[in-house]
Amino acid sequence: MSSRIIADAGMGRRVEGEALVAKDGFSARYDLDRARGVFSRSEHKLAGQSYVGRVLVLDAAKGGVATAWMLHEMNARGVVPAALVLNVVNPIMVQGAALAGFTMISGFALDITHAIPNGAWVEFDPTGDLEAYAKSFAVKNLKG
Amino acid sequence: MLDLERRAIAALEALGVLMTNTCINYQTIMPPVLREHVAYGDTGVVIYSNSVCGARSNFEGGPSALSAGLTGRTPRYGYHLDERRAATLVVDVGWTPRELNDWGALGGIVGRLAGDYWQVPALVGIDRIPSSDELKHFGAALASYGSVALFHIVGITPEVRLDDDVLLRGQALRRHGVGETDIHAFHQSYAAAIDTVDVVVFSAPQLSLMEIAKVAGLLDGRRATIPLLVVTSPQVKPDADRLRLTERIEAAGGTVLSGMCFYQSYAREMAEANGWQRLATNSAKLVNIIGGYGYRPALLSMEACIEAACRDGRIAR
Repeated sequence: MSSRIIADAGMGRRVEGEALVAKDGFSARYDLDRARGVFSRSEHKLAGQSYVGRVLVLDAAKGGVATAWMLHEMNARGVVPAALVLNVVNPIMVQGAALAGFTMISGFALDITHAIPNGAWVEFDPTGDLEAYAKSFAVKNLKG
Repeated sequence: MLDLERRAIAALEALGVLMTNTCINYQTIMPPVLREHVAYGDTGVVIYSNSVCGARSNFEGGPSALSAGLTGRTPRYGYHLDERRAATLVVDVGWTPRELNDWGALGGIVGRLAGDYWQVPALVGIDRIPSSDELKHFGAALASYGSVALFHIVGITPEVRLDDDVLLRGQALRRHGVGETDIHAFHQSYAAAIDTVDVVVFSAPQLSLMEIAKVAGLLDGRRATIPLLVVTSPQVKPDADRLRLTERIEAAGGTVLSGMCFYQSYAREMAEANGWQRLATNSAKLVNIIGGYGYRPALLSMEACIEAACRDGRIAR
């Protein structure tokens, strides 16, 4: 069984992968050990878990400006999540994803951290035509 | 690491960038003015400039701030627009903070309540005019914990002169209360499990001359027995030297650093090289950030930090 969720906005290439889900924020600077590829802030709900190759499904972009360039650095080193799915983003996360050529989607009619089960295999495709770009980013939960 | 930093500095200088190496330019270089449109690449600078000065900026990361510097243009959206600057939540503050760490704790609590970049908290109940340093710590923590870029304090910040201004012209806003017990609990959430620290750090944001003078005064006649780092800007440091504040701090065993930022200076590698695990600071922003670099932080007053530094790291209870 699968379900389809529409997002308001997104960027990057088509991606699929295993979801790593938590009702918590995301900042590349605050939350990650970018060398080891794990969530390192002990208070974070994903503390100790590897994010490498996972589709991160989290609540909101947090913290400051560093994520604007850290996603690019993470991408260059290959220690990087497959994509970011966030209820709410900020301008830093958007420019960071753009600079890194990173796949990110955001803006849902529901709380995406509740809609996607942890460990679900998810697929989304922000590479549709221009008209579809703003409206048709499907998050397809193939295991749900 | 050093070569990479030097290459970045040389590249920026070649573009004509003035390398001020500060995160407190609103205290040292040139504060923006009411309604001035700016594009700042530091969250603490953005929230202070927006809220205390009444200037207009979004959070700009390195790429977009550099682009704005090169072109003289910045995207016209978000906090450049009047309609985005109205309050979206009201916080009734039942206890006006006293120490800088209390202001940071209040910023952390309000940041968690606000939740994301598009929220604009308005504080009601602050019963005195805060200092620039107090608003610096409050704003830096609010931006850090909440990704918030703008706040109002009724009766104090320039865009809010009357209660009606922050109530979104009559619309009902969500409302929260924050009191002394909340601020105490915020501190306890970090410090309760730590008896001893390995290093004391005053940084994030860089210290003003007033903060450095206070550190020097607290250290007079004492001796730090664990590393004690005091971080300031290249603009403040010469005055600290001239006024012999640096000399007093370093005579007591502290180290005054200029033009850098503790957490941006390979904090994880410093911890590994020095065996640092537990850190005391009066900066709520640093407490929020440094856990991700492998430290266990305690948020204490400046006095309590100095006390710990002079008692082999033991935190007074």
